[in-house]
Amino acid sequence: MSVFEVFRRERAGAPMQHAGSIAAPDARFAEVYAREQYGRRGESTALWLVPREAVDEIEDFVDEFDLKYRRVDGYSIKERLKEARERAGAAAPRAGR
Amino acid sequence: MNERVQLLLALADDELILGWRNSEWTGIAPSLEEDVAFSSIAQNEIGHARALYELAARELDTDADALAFDRTLDEYRSAPLVELRRLEWARTIARHWLYETADAIRLEALRASDDPELAGIAAKIEREEVYHRIHAEMWVDRLLGSDEGRGRLDEALEELWPYALGVLDDDLRPELLRRVKAKLGRAMPDVEPVARGTHEAELGELLDEMTMVRRSAPAGARW
Repeated sequence: MSVFEVFRRERAGAPMQHAGSIAAPDARFAEVYAREQYGRRGESTALWLVPREAVDEIEDFVDEFDLKYRRVDGYSIKERLKEARERAGAAAPRAGR
Repeated sequence: MNERVQLLLALADDELILGWRNSEWTGIAPSLEEDVAFSSIAQNEIGHARALYELAARELDTDADALAFDRTLDEYRSAPLVELRRLEWARTIARHWLYETADAIRLEALRASDDPELAGIAAKIEREEVYHRIHAEMWVDRLLGSDEGRGRLDEALEELWPYALGVLDDDLRPELLRRVKAKLGRAMPDVEPVARGTHEAELGELLDEMTMVRRSAPAGARW
């Protein structure tokens, strides 16, 4: 049995998204099984089947220098602001300002 | 009962009973993916049965459920092939492929019918049956691809061949012979068909189970 990753397009213009995976002895079985599992309820306008061996996986990511501004979850300045205030000896700003 | 209604009931009964038999694999098919695929084929067959019963029901002034569930065993017109209970995968695939091959021949003839309603429903059913045939053919090819698979499939085909011939009327049988030979590369034996009109003992058990809920519900119950 081989594993095939299935991607589906929900409607014209939408991106392909991973739908799940199926186990099948070959590509012919995979096509039949993918049609049944991901294409019978009007949920897809197109499917892609990708043998799992064809997928290049990357899972090592280096971020040694704490370059937070590059991260997708944003750049928190709360900590740095607090440190800056302490250095300046300033009290926290009054509410409303 | 006119010839048209008899034809509709024969087609509908074949699809209903085979749909039921195929659904017996739900939960226990060889793999999860096959379970989904084969159950889906079973659902399609029952959908076809419903559409065919509805056409017959209009002429008989009744409804599809009454035709599916309220007749006596003798009134069913299904072919013995679909009635057999053979919960063994090679036999299931052999029956599935023989039936789909015969059904394709029958649907082609119906699509050429002068009766626009029959031609129309045959065309509509055919659009789903294409996928059933793809499924059946891929399994036959896979079984033929190994010694064990070929041995088990051949044995099942020998056993079921007289029943397969019985699905079709005389005039369409030569075409089934031709198609089966083309696929297997050998001619099937010349045997007497197990034709429509008699029933296998297993049909009684199937009908008991299939009509259980219907019989237990008070008349006029709505679902």
